[in-house]
Amino acid sequence: MQFGVFSVGDVTPDPTDGSVPSEHERIKAMVAIALKAEEVGLDVFATGEHHNPPFVPSSPTTMLGFIAARTERLILSTATTLITTNDPVKIAEDYAMLQHLADGRVDLMLGRGNTGPVYPWFGQDIRMGIPLAVENYALLHELWRTDVVDWEGRFRTPLQGFTSTPRPLDGVPPFVWHGSIRSPEIAEQAAYYGDGFFANNIFWPKEHFIRLISLYRERYAHYGHGTPEQAYVGLGGQVFMRKNSQDAVREFRPYFDKAPVYGNGPSLEEFTEQTPLTVGSPQEVIDRTLAFREHFGDYQRQLFLMDHAGLPLKTVLEQLDILGEEVIPVLRREFAVNRPADVPGGPTHASQVARAAAVAV
Amino acid sequence: MLPYQLVVVTAGLSKPSSTRLLGDRLAEAARQDLAAERPAEVRVIELRDLAVDIAKNMVTGFPSPALAEALDAVAGADALIAVSPIFTASYSGLFKSFFDVLGNTALEGKPVLIAATGGTARHSLALEHALRPMFAYLRATVVPTAVYAASEDWASTGDSALSARVGRAAGELAALLRHRPAPAAPSRDTVVPFAEQLAALRPA
Repeated sequence: MQFGVFSVGDVTPDPTDGSVPSEHERIKAMVAIALKAEEVGLDVFATGEHHNPPFVPSSPTTMLGFIAARTERLILSTATTLITTNDPVKIAEDYAMLQHLADGRVDLMLGRGNTGPVYPWFGQDIRMGIPLAVENYALLHELWRTDVVDWEGRFRTPLQGFTSTPRPLDGVPPFVWHGSIRSPEIAEQAAYYGDGFFANNIFWPKEHFIRLISLYRERYAHYGHGTPEQAYVGLGGQVFMRKNSQDAVREFRPYFDKAPVYGNGPSLEEFTEQTPLTVGSPQEVIDRTLAFREHFGDYQRQLFLMDHAGLPLKTVLEQLDILGEEVIPVLRREFAVNRPADVPGGPTHASQVARAAAVAV
Repeated sequence: MLPYQLVVVTAGLSKPSSTRLLGDRLAEAARQDLAAERPAEVRVIELRDLAVDIAKNMVTGFPSPALAEALDAVAGADALIAVSPIFTASYSGLFKSFFDVLGNTALEGKPVLIAATGGTARHSLALEHALRPMFAYLRATVVPTAVYAASEDWASTGDSALSARVGRAAGELAALLRHRPAPAAPSRDTVVPFAEQLAALRPA
């Protein structure tokens, strides 16, 4: 199983002192967080993609390429790459290039994006979000698997005799997760291709995601990729820890109260009860995260949101130390207990090469 | 025979509330009208009790357990009686907010009776100018008679008495229930098989 962090890349004032990082500081902070993730033994760093303030990561492969050059083991990923408003040809090229530079340590999570104006800014129509995700990914999938592509669709100019370069490393494209907060169509899409399905899982009650993941697992088996239990499931989580639970709550509350997305709404206590947010001791984080398996089945990847709502970099790095030292080793051990041998681990380039070879035989 | 499920949504703020009282009278009249052929169970949802949860749903995008239960009750009802006080020439903000978080497919084809209360009869057309278009947008089937109760209506008599209008509106709702029942709530996770999604996009 793989553990990692995912970052939205928001520039948010620190509510405790009003300080706001510059874009430059925030970008460098994201890199520092990624390097720290590798240092403390995490497996994955994923960045969001946004095209409006107050978010900095508009160009994920640039950032991930820089991080790739400074890390050895870390898998570089996204959360999410906009499959609706990016040209699928450019995604195919950019991520294949990144995959080569990072020696295969690359996968990506596709999402539709929910910022209305981004669609028209990039020449698209938000009402066509699902059809765009369906058609664009069908093209991306083909570009990575067919050397010379003739293609015609509804949303982009046709291609005749087009070859996307570089070809994927070892002929095996980056693993793809499909992320969705509410659409069963996306769970169906992930299942159809035998790709992964990532449930953001933060911000909303688990019952909602249990339905989507059950649907994905069932359809994954329907399309002949394996048993429902063998489908690739990723989950988000959000935690804040201190040695003593009360200290964690006291320190995190001002950030929670003013946080983008849920701030100025429910109390910290209500939100932790109704969503997977955990604020407390490392042991509480361990217990809560282990319970995800009971709700969603054995899964492949757990990403934590650690750096939003204006938390200072120093605090985030401390959080990653706690995560790496006290939480992840226990989660690795406990998640391995009673895990069936035929349930795959988190996808890596090596595992995808082996999977492709098995299919080819 | 399963009883009809009638749900009253009332946005009255005081306790006791004349808005709630109007909702109760409408529900009781509809229940009596239907009683001969089929019993009806009435559930009253007081939005005052859910006001903070509704505001939190606006912020977080998901309902608390109590609000989720109320939203499900409305979506699953055979008919809805929706009653708002008229504030500032329209439905109250709380009333609108509840239907904002309900989602725009929950009322499709559902028989709905609209009613309102106010301090003066001068605001009565807010029912026609504000509530009726809102429910039309939600594709509910709204009965022709909308019932407005101003303060003085609680002592009215004769053909235009409040009780006569309550009876007429409730009768219209009962007739609609008999002849054009609400469609079954659609499953939330109906999936179009992926091959069909792809085929729908193929250029002609």
